[in-house]
Parts: sequence; C-alpha cells; structure tokens
Amino acid sequence: MSETTISQQEVAHVASLAKLAFNDSDLKQFTTQLDSILNIFETLGEVNTEDVEPTYSVTENVNHLREDVADNWHQKQALLKNAPLEAADLIKVPAILDGEGE
Amino acid sequence: MATGNFETTIGLEVHVEMQTNSKLMSPSPVHYGDKPNENTNVIDFGYPGVLPVANKGAIEFGMRAALALHATVSPFIRWDRKNYFYPDNPKAYQTTQSQTPLGTNGYLDVTLPDGNVKRVRIKEMHVEEDAGKNTHGTDGYSYVDLNRQGTPLIEIVSEPDIASPDEAYAYLEQLRQAILFTGISEAKMQEGQMRADVNISIRPFGSSEYGTKVEMKNINSFNYVRNALIFEEKRQAEVLRAGGIIQQETRRYNEPTKSTILMRVKEGADDYRYFPEPDLAPIVIDQSWINKVANELPKSAGERQNEYVSDFGIAAYDAEVLTQTLAMSDFYDATVAAGADAKRAANYLIGDVNAFMNKHQIELQETQLTPEHLAGMIKLIEAGTISTKQAKQVFEAIMVGEDPEAFAKKNGLVQISDPAILLGWITEVLDNNPQSIEDFKGGKDRATGYLIGQLMKMSKGQANPGIMNKMLLEELAKR
Repeated sequence: MSETTISQQEVAHVASLAKLAFNDSDLKQFTTQLDSILNIFETLGEVNTEDVEPTYSVTENVNHLREDVADNWHQKQALLKNAPLEAADLIKVPAILDGEGE
Repeated sequence: MATGNFETTIGLEVHVEMQTNSKLMSPSPVHYGDKPNENTNVIDFGYPGVLPVANKGAIEFGMRAALALHATVSPFIRWDRKNYFYPDNPKAYQTTQSQTPLGTNGYLDVTLPDGNVKRVRIKEMHVEEDAGKNTHGTDGYSYVDLNRQGTPLIEIVSEPDIASPDEAYAYLEQLRQAILFTGISEAKMQEGQMRADVNISIRPFGSSEYGTKVEMKNINSFNYVRNALIFEEKRQAEVLRAGGIIQQETRRYNEPTKSTILMRVKEGADDYRYFPEPDLAPIVIDQSWINKVANELPKSAGERQNEYVSDFGIAAYDAEVLTQTLAMSDFYDATVAAGADAKRAANYLIGDVNAFMNKHQIELQETQLTPEHLAGMIKLIEAGTISTKQAKQVFEAIMVGEDPEAFAKKNGLVQISDPAILLGWITEVLDNNPQSIEDFKGGKDRATGYLIGQLMKMSKGQANPGIMNKMLLEELAKR
C-alpha cells in the first residue's frame, strides 16, 4: 500500500458520529480495512471526468411524485412488535438528552 | 438596536409544518393529536428496502411559500441526506435539499414597531422532513412517538438582516401571517407547527466583521425568542466588556429565569456528511407548473386589507382584525359574497363572533356558523324584517347551526313594517291618550316616549321602530 487515504483520527471521528466506540486495536484494523476500500475507489481518479456532470441518480426518471393522498397502512402494531422495547404505544429507548438531535 | 457600543446581528431559521394530507416521503396521514405511532408505516420507521416517493402536494405547498416570500423557485431540485443519529428519526438521516433549495433570494417587508418598514432578505427555503417526538421519562428511558416523523416542513432561512430582539419578533409575527395566507399551514405555535432556530452575534459599532454567533434551537414561542435574544445581547456585551471572548456555542432558553443556558460548545462546523439521496428522483419545475401554483395561491393579508378598506369602506383597524387568520378572512369574503352588507358583516365577525369563539375557546371552523347563515341574518336586518334587538336571538341560533329565516319565523321574530297595520295601532293609541297629544303640543318630548311604549306593547315588540316613529310624528302633527 503506497499512501494512506484515511487516517486513524478520521476513522475515530466517523465512529463517534455514528455513536460507536472502538479500542485502539479495533481502530487500527478498521483504518487498514477502510483504507483498502477507499484505494479501490481511487482507481476512478484515472478517468478524466472534466466537464462531466456528477451523477446523482442512475435512472433517467424525473418528477416521479405521488399525489398528496393519505393512506394509513395500519402497520403500527407490527412495527412496535419489532421495537426493542415499547410501552403505551411508544418506542422505549435508553434516556436521551435534549438537544442532541437535529 | 444597540447595547452600549455594540450592534446586534440576528439570523433566523424558521421551520413551519405544512398541513398536507400525507407525509413527505410516505402516504401516512399528517394529523396532530392522534394516538402515538398511529400514523406510521415501514417508511416512517426507516426500514431497509423501502422505496419512498416524494409528495407532489408538499412540493407545491413549498412553492406557495416561496412565491409568497418573493423567492425564486429553483428549476431543478434533488434531495440530499443529512445524517445524524437520534431516536426521533430512525432513518438516521433527514431528507432535505442542501445543494438545490426549493426557493432562493426572497424577502419579507417587515413593519417595525416604530412604523418603519424593513426588508429582511430570505436566503433560501427548503422542503424537508420533520422528526418524531421524544418524551423523557424519569425512569431512565425516553419514549418516542413517530407520528410527526416525515411531516413536510418548509425551512425559511433569513439573511442576518435583523438588528434587534423586537425586529426578530416583528419578523416572526409577519412571517407567520404571510405563511398563514398561503394556506399551507395554520402555523399553530402551541402545536409546534412553527419553530425557530435563532443565531445572534454582537460586534463593536463600525466593525466590518461579524462577532461569533451563538445559536439557540427549536424555540416555539415568539416571546421566548425575544426574551432569549434580549438576554443574549446583554450577556455577550458583558463578556466582551470584561475583555472575554464569545465562544461558538449552542444555548438553550430557560423561560422561568428568562435566561439562556449553555448546552455545548461547538468545535468546528456540524458534520452531517450530506450526500445525494440515491432513492429519490430529482424534480424539474418549469414555468407552467409555477404559474399553476401561483394561480392557486390565496391573496395575501395585505392585499385583502387594501380591498376591504378601498372596496368595502371598512376601517383599516377592522381590516387588520379580519385578516388575522386566513379562515376569518375567507369567511368574511364568503359572507359578503352571499349578499351581506360588508360593514355589518365585519362588525358581527369582529364583535359577536369573536366573542363567541373566545368564550367557547374554539376556532371559527369549529363553530356551526356558515357564511350563508350570517349573511342571511344580516339581510333580514337590512330589509327591516327583524330589529337589531331581535337579531340577538337569531345570532345565538345561527351559532348553533340554525337557519336564520326559519328561526325568526318559528319564533315570531318578525318586524312589522306594513304602514297600514302601523297606522291602525297609532290611531288607536292616539285616540286613547288625548292627554299625551296635549303634552306633545305643549312641548313635552317625554310624551312621544310614552306613546311609543304603548305602541310596542300593542305590537308585542314587533313594530319596526324606525317607520313607526316617523309615522307617529306625522300623525301627531295632524291632530
């Protein structure tokens, strides 16, 4: 492997954004693995993409929209059954602090 | 406004829930107040493999807001994912537009408390998803209701053109009215349908660089926004005067103390790892689509006020009261269209109808009053069929859904204006009261009052007082 494309700090940062905690040996392992994956993408750099619009969607579809009509699929009970914990029709999760969300 | 030697710069990001029938990316109903998680499906729960399809109605509502705020509607929109982890959004990303906002370069002309008008520029507007609602228990758990998850929002980002807490308040109030009159949302503060993220910085007068911004998120009361800004303006000035520096931080407004509390210091920009949404098709908006939406856009409050004053002869203040909500203004228009006298209709809506709504703590739409019934009662008054006194009973009846004409007939609330009948009563009363005629000729005005009393008794209160008065004076003159 010639040069690394991702540093251990970057992996730690992405892990913390994903609310994951790794020990040092995990971090090292994931850095090496992510690095190999990113190096595969690096081969794209060999293609000349000047004046080529970025591809955001692989279909030619535009304006694939739905009319504003409400339709309740009544999946609540099944969905709640799949929640780790539920109480009074609410999803029960470990306490979260206010303001951490968006 | 200035605090000491500093000037204040405020920017606002306002989120308004749009009252579409269904959610932005799933057909689940958008409806406040239902049982927890009732309006959710696999898409709202962020299950893998679901293929969301965007709601055309939400795009059109967003276009309405953009048009009302004089923004340019983007000809091309694609969606982006804004990634974050929080249980109120199980997808772990919000679908939004970061690169191609629906609207750009808008403005709102805000009338300030001193009467001056200030143009606040609107940088951009996005259509995006709202998150669910968390309730924090005292048992070490939080409880999540995803009914709100996926409700379409329009986010309105102002330029930092606002210079004081009072200006921020005026902007929010007038932005709310502008949105209200697009018909996309009732913007009910108490239901969290309109929330503001606020940022504020101060800098020494004449400084060309903005100070460091402090941010406060998700405030759902205009008063709280103003109080938070008043507190921050002062706090930041004190820090700077003491030689300190303002940290880039997120604070929270605390109503009981009317102060702000540090939540977290920000190191660098938020890292949301935006990337293009691969599951949704881009949207192309052409001029004919914009024209179609523009045609559906209700008239603004300002336009309506001008019409009421110039076409209907309504006082400016009354016109303002009538345009406080779109529902009231539409109701007024319909009442006038149904043939009611414009001034009388305005007086009833502003007076008796508003009082009824306040007394019963309900909205106009929740009463049983219809524009046709209100117009019907007003026409009965105008025609002299019922007196304004009798109208009080009719009013109570139409407020509970009765037809005014049928009610008046059924209860004998009919004013008698036929001169032949009135003349018969007048002649009888005058013949029986020669003394009163003498008193009248002797200049005693009280005498007519007595005679009218007798006539009202005789007619069981049904004589048209205007016509009867006139005829009585004529008959007295003949004697």
